[in-house]
Amino acid sequence: MTERTNEVWLQSLGGSGAADETAVAELREVLRRGLRRALAGRAAADDGFIEDMTQEGVLKVLDGLVTFRGDSRFTSWAITVAVRVAFTELRRARWRDVSLDRLVEDAPARLPTATPADDPSQDARQTILAVMHGVIETGLTDRQRQALVAELRGMPQAEIAAQMGLTRNALYKLTHDARQSLKRGLEAAGISGDEVRVTFDL
Amino acid sequence: MSLSPEELRELARFVLLTKPDEIGCDDWLGYAPSYAEMVAARQPVPEPLRKAAEHLDVCPECAEEFRALLAALTEDAAG
Ligand SMILES: [Zn+2]
Repeated sequence: MTERTNEVWLQSLGGSGAADETAVAELREVLRRGLRRALAGRAAADDGFIEDMTQEGVLKVLDGLVTFRGDSRFTSWAITVAVRVAFTELRRARWRDVSLDRLVEDAPARLPTATPADDPSQDARQTILAVMHGVIETGLTDRQRQALVAELRGMPQAEIAAQMGLTRNALYKLTHDARQSLKRGLEAAGISGDEVRVTFDL
Repeated sequence: MSLSPEELRELARFVLLTKPDEIGCDDWLGYAPSYAEMVAARQPVPEPLRKAAEHLDVCPECAEEFRALLAALTEDAAG
């Protein structure tokens, strides 16, 4: 395979009109090899899966040429794009049939209450938990709460975003705002980061 | 909806790592290739890129993808 420079890649894949077929074939091979290495050892990533993701990756790369910043090798960027395509698909396949509403509703145990009052570390823990609960219940919007809880229960962001009708970036902003509200809530209650760290053994 | 103690602990961990100026998953993807190349080649990482890579601390999915990307690029570099 010839070593193409970034400029040559960009030119031959979309510079002037239709993509050069030789370049597309080379891109396909780069992605296939990259994905094999990236997904090595994953049972769900068999040859068929790699092939499908290679095809999708090629389309995504051709579609997104303008988003390439040019601060890495073109092939590194293309593999990055394909890896995201593949992981998004792997995660979605596992979670496709899970409803976000059900996942968020299905509450496990309630907040544990009765703990020995003479244990100060337990007191601190209870206080922090109570503040967090307070913010979750009253300081977050329904959508923030939904997204945050779904994320904590392991639902992939692509799936949460799809079910909530959001882009991944918009979902990230939603949960980031929620985390910031929690952080501010703890600060307002006079609880320091160190206290949280010690209490939860983080 | 109520959270289990384990979920609250995990949430506390994320809250501690939360910064006002974080970037999102789509934005991170723009930094990932050059960061991965530098890490794969054991080159020093400039500050802005290191800052962007803090996203990996708060985003398990991007972190998982990054490890996979690194595996692909590291072998590539080794031939
Ligand atoms: Zn992310």
